[in-house]
Amino acid sequence: MLNMIERFSIGATDLAGIAQLTIGATYLVTAFLFMFGLKRMSSPVTAPSGILVAGVGMLVAVLVSFLYVFDVSAAAKPHLMVNLGLAVLALILGGGVAWWGGKKVAMTAMPQMVAIYNGMGGGAAGAIAAVELFGNKADGVTQLVVTLTGALIGAVSLSGSLIAWAKLDGVIHKPLRVRGQQLLNGAILLATLALGAYIVFAAQSGTDPLITMPRLIYLFFGFALLYGVLMTLPIGGADMPVVISIYNAFTGLAVGLEGFVLQNPALMIAGMVVGAAGTLLTLLMARAMNRSVGNVLFTNFGGASKRKPSHIKGSLKPTEAADAGIFMRYAKNVIIIPGYGLAAAQGQQKLYEFVKLLQASGVSVKFAIHPVAGRMPGQMDVLLAEAGVPYDLIFQLDDINEEFKTTDVALVIGANDVVNPEARTDKSSPIFGMPILNADQAKKVYVVKRGQGKGYAGIVNPLFYADNCNMVYGDAAAVLAKMIEAVRGLSSQAA
Amino acid sequence: MTDFSIHITGFVALYIFMLAGFAGWVIIGNVPAILHTPLMSGSNFVHGIVVVGGIFALLNASTVQEQAIGFFAVLLGAGNAAGGFAVTDRMLAMFQTSGHQTGHAKLRHPKKASHHATKV
Repeated sequence: MLNMIERFSIGATDLAGIAQLTIGATYLVTAFLFMFGLKRMSSPVTAPSGILVAGVGMLVAVLVSFLYVFDVSAAAKPHLMVNLGLAVLALILGGGVAWWGGKKVAMTAMPQMVAIYNGMGGGAAGAIAAVELFGNKADGVTQLVVTLTGALIGAVSLSGSLIAWAKLDGVIHKPLRVRGQQLLNGAILLATLALGAYIVFAAQSGTDPLITMPRLIYLFFGFALLYGVLMTLPIGGADMPVVISIYNAFTGLAVGLEGFVLQNPALMIAGMVVGAAGTLLTLLMARAMNRSVGNVLFTNFGGASKRKPSHIKGSLKPTEAADAGIFMRYAKNVIIIPGYGLAAAQGQQKLYEFVKLLQASGVSVKFAIHPVAGRMPGQMDVLLAEAGVPYDLIFQLDDINEEFKTTDVALVIGANDVVNPEARTDKSSPIFGMPILNADQAKKVYVVKRGQGKGYAGIVNPLFYADNCNMVYGDAAAVLAKMIEAVRGLSSQAA
Repeated sequence: MTDFSIHITGFVALYIFMLAGFAGWVIIGNVPAILHTPLMSGSNFVHGIVVVGGIFALLNASTVQEQAIGFFAVLLGAGNAAGGFAVTDRMLAMFQTSGHQTGHAKLRHPKKASHHATKV
């Protein structure tokens, strides 16, 4: 591509050379800063500086990429000023709106926001591929195949992420499932691949395609986008985190492939690093749910199991929030298991207030976080951090599960499936084998819940019927307010 | 004049992809679960580098169609990068330890944070 540069004078050639040198050197620095930044993100202490390091890499790369103006193809020379203006305008518009959105979005809405940004990246990769295809710039079979592959993955990531956003944001409520869906999806994917193969064949052999090349390319993108939509529609809301993570890896891959087409090592390295990282993250998440990625994508899970459990003994025993609060005040140690219901009620602040009260009375309090608590792995950690909870009080499943046996009270707030003991014992349960928090082993269990509804998996939780368990019904924030009031009332009486 | 343009062909590209993929796998493998959400959005930010490819494609556009799609590419890529940074930065600024209590973490104190972290 670069050998097409018009070298009409010594001066221009020099400028082009200097631009190439600067760009090449900067991309090297950017690739380093990205990896160094991601590495620093591996600990809460260094993480804030990690994202800054990566941000500097991004900023430098974007600024330096404008040096391409000294090195554009001959055909583009007459349009250079217009193109430059468009690029600046697009940067300001796209960057500005997304920046504003990112600063404003509530922490609970984070998963769908990440889905949108991720879809944008996939769309950008697909658009770059489209420019290359429409401009007939890809050189040779390899370039053409790589361009089309990147285009397919990018387009699927774009439309799939948008559906994921719509589901998480409540625009689409129910998984859309029709008979023979997997067959239909498979057929559409095959059609997309066939179109891509035909584009390569027609471009290489020079034969006239049955329909014009631009129409073929439009059709290819249309089918790829449609596949992304159909692939995501049947997947239930509980599985969206895994899906977003997959699309994150997809976008990375698409960016890496388009980076090869553009001969841009920064895109290749950054894209492939994210492709691999996203794949690993997806596997970790799927493992936490005790399911394979294929199972998440191709089996319809959630909301299906409506069986009546006959083997559950005991009854639901409601209790007052105030009583539960006072009981915990006199406990030795309490482990809190927060779930998405806490975040939905915006109860994190109240929860931490209650925790501080307990701590002041000498109660040892810890938080136990299930890997899939919230709607995104680690989202609950972020939500607690937002409320000011120090992260040394927050423990992950493997680190705390043994402690329940010696704990006075387990307080479950807005969580359900992640404390369902059926996962350990009942082979017929859809969540059998999923690692759970052993809340049932605590001496006393309080479950704060809005009502008697089921969790995401749609199954009954025998823990709620256990002898050592009491239910506290109500909105999490309201219940916590009552608990705080009760405990405060005690201390004022004592004083 | 030396030619500084970059040529990455066949196997060299595969070497880069292999090494970068391995690097990504290893780097992420060490991240604790507590950071999974910021990490996902952080890696999401990193693939926002696609904006640079968009700028290249747009500057080299020679038809209205290429300009329109190129504009679209830069627009979306810039959104990916700017939005990804904004949310990741916000999330990471919230993490703090017991020794460093300021209620809502609006300000970042990297030095203090690292001091307290030694005892965690």
